[in-house]
Amino acid sequence: MALKFEVLGRFNRARAAQLTLPHYLCQTPLFMPVGTQGTIKGLTKNQLEEIGCQIILGNTYHLALRPTSELIDELGGLHKFMNWPRALLTDSGGFQMVSLLHLADITEKGVTFQSPVDGKPMLLTPEESIQIQNRIGADIIMALDDVVRTTITGPRIEEAMYRTLRWIDRCIAGIYVSEVWLNVICLGGEDKDSFWRVVAQCTAALPEDKPRYVMGVGYPLDIVVCSALGADMYDCVYPTRTARFGTALVPEGVLKLKHQAMANDIRPIDPMCECMVCKNYTRAYIHCLVTKDAMGSQLLSYHNLYYMMKLSRDLHSSIVEGRFPEFVCKFLQTMFPKGDVPEWVCNAMEVAGIDISSCCREMRFDVDKSSTL
Amino acid sequence: MKFAVNKGWSNGRARSGVLQLGSCPFPIQTPALLLTTRKGLPAFISPDLLTSSLPSPDSHLLQFSPLHFLEGISPKTISNIGGLHQMLSLHQHIFAAVPRDSIIALPEHDSTNKYGASFQTPGGRLLIKPAEYVELVSSMKPDFWVTLADEVPAWVSDKRNRTSVDRTLRWLDDCLSLNKTGTTIFGSIVGGSSIEERHRCAQEVAQRNVSGYWIGGFGLGESMDERAALLTAVTDNLPEDMPRHVSGLGLPEEVLQGVAAGIDLFDSTYVYHLTLGGFALTFPLERNKGDNADYQLSDSGGDDMKINLKATIYRKDTSPIVESCNCFTCQNHTKAYLNHLFNVHEMLAQTLLEIHNTHQYLGFFCSIRKAIEEGKFEQFRRNFVESRRECLFAAASSD
Repeated sequence: MALKFEVLGRFNRARAAQLTLPHYLCQTPLFMPVGTQGTIKGLTKNQLEEIGCQIILGNTYHLALRPTSELIDELGGLHKFMNWPRALLTDSGGFQMVSLLHLADITEKGVTFQSPVDGKPMLLTPEESIQIQNRIGADIIMALDDVVRTTITGPRIEEAMYRTLRWIDRCIAGIYVSEVWLNVICLGGEDKDSFWRVVAQCTAALPEDKPRYVMGVGYPLDIVVCSALGADMYDCVYPTRTARFGTALVPEGVLKLKHQAMANDIRPIDPMCECMVCKNYTRAYIHCLVTKDAMGSQLLSYHNLYYMMKLSRDLHSSIVEGRFPEFVCKFLQTMFPKGDVPEWVCNAMEVAGIDISSCCREMRFDVDKSSTL
Repeated sequence: MKFAVNKGWSNGRARSGVLQLGSCPFPIQTPALLLTTRKGLPAFISPDLLTSSLPSPDSHLLQFSPLHFLEGISPKTISNIGGLHQMLSLHQHIFAAVPRDSIIALPEHDSTNKYGASFQTPGGRLLIKPAEYVELVSSMKPDFWVTLADEVPAWVSDKRNRTSVDRTLRWLDDCLSLNKTGTTIFGSIVGGSSIEERHRCAQEVAQRNVSGYWIGGFGLGESMDERAALLTAVTDNLPEDMPRHVSGLGLPEEVLQGVAAGIDLFDSTYVYHLTLGGFALTFPLERNKGDNADYQLSDSGGDDMKINLKATIYRKDTSPIVESCNCFTCQNHTKAYLNHLFNVHEMLAQTLLEIHNTHQYLGFFCSIRKAIEEGKFEQFRRNFVESRRECLFAAASSD
């Protein structure tokens, strides 16, 4: 079965598409939950299917450590190991190494680091990363990139860019991957104003016929903005991580179930949400569970992921059905009922060609368009 | 509530029966297991999985401690929501309120006084008086609740033990008079390790207007050997046709001991503790297997009844925990995957294991009922206990 990316609808830069992968037929824009170690925080595969998850992300670094890519390969690949019938995506492992390991360093050869098991010096090359991922067997795998902190400036950034391109070529040359099929935008740590501009520049420059995946995004608002600017795929630990701290995602923003005000609130987390948690449980009951019983974070993870998958479905269908601007406006009105939509969102939507004047208290005319396309 | 003993099937004191309680449309066969919960839900199995992945109606009996709710949610709010069944959205389940919970509400006999019973909880020590307890229970509307008791361990003085019986009886009367909702009440029976006091308490409670009996004060340090006589000292003084519920008899052998003494309902933390430790039950569920059981010992720390899923021998084991098991976990996942999940401390490990272990333990109770119905309970019990002894003996005498 050929890998296919077929655009089904557009609004300016935004696209809704069908992504055909070996294990699943996906619809974009889509959010991918992070199943770091071959599982998503307490949810079974049936629950994930019910919620509507299409692709799950597995972290190569963690899986290579335990239970090891060789074992996964021996037992038939990650799909079989987890018994996940839909799609999987693995990352290159590079990001985790740089952020988790002491003394990780990047050279032309690859990422050198101290083995977390015995402290021996080790090297992860682009080729090795691909081999590990092939053993894991995901539908989509990622080339190793030269990861730099975006807070730095200067020649290191250019060095990183060219090195990443050379590494991608090494992956292709080694016939480890058939083609560079997915374009990835990696960010982290920058302010929102730079964030949207980088995404906008990338989506304008990248070819139309391949999916654009923005790693590490994120907040529902960020996903709506990036989709308006032409991105298609997202992953983030935020929904499940914030669940563990007792925070639920709602159309108005977030709901902190830990707060004393929740103790007597007998409404569901989100009266409009159709998930198992919102149809059956009150804020008061979840309040008494969170931070004390594991069941609290399980129920919140379920709800939060349901919320993200519903957002993905809504983005896709509103674009296909030609009502994307209306969807964006309603989304922003619900989240910012006083009309205080952040400036960066207004600027981004201006570039995306979406009129959100009905949501904003006052129109903003001070967009610096010179640094965007 | 309706309860009836199947007269034709009694083996000695062991009996099988049928229990029908308001919320649950299906009759429950006894002897039965009440699943332990934290705030009304299992420790790891989420409510949608509770209804979809466990056998019905066996898994509909849930035990909870009202004391779990003292922090975090008020009785008034529970009332506003509409009671426990509404709050947990488990309308067809049977909730039994028992103050004592062997995991997070342990009786503290030193601090219990004439005003109320003291419990050690994760939030600290709690003293609860009968009036507070009745108010709490009224807001929750469980299917049945047991009266407040002063439970003492086996080693207290005779005087302390006698006081515990007097107090428990007084609180029973308090609970009965304070009860305005007409809910189903089980009278609590204590008496520590004194046959006379057990006798006395049981006789007194049997005279009260209750719908069943809860037997407390076990699982607090007494030995299994002395327990048998204490159990029968209670059950011999109770009317035949009323249900008997015991807490603190968790292990399979203890359950069998309780059944032999005429107990109908058991709440047990066995499944919870096994699951936490990564142990999976592998009972041979077919009763006759006990005759020529293959006493397999493994280096993994398991025995013929359970395996330790954390052991490295399961790293590459692509078989389910138990081949013939119909539970969600065995139908969908392998020992290798569970081994990995335990090693990386992922919560899914415990969810999947609690499903399997609950399924298995409910199956054990099913076997007990079948044995009683076939008039072979004593033989079943003997086979089971002997096969366990042989296994332990073999383990002890191997290198």
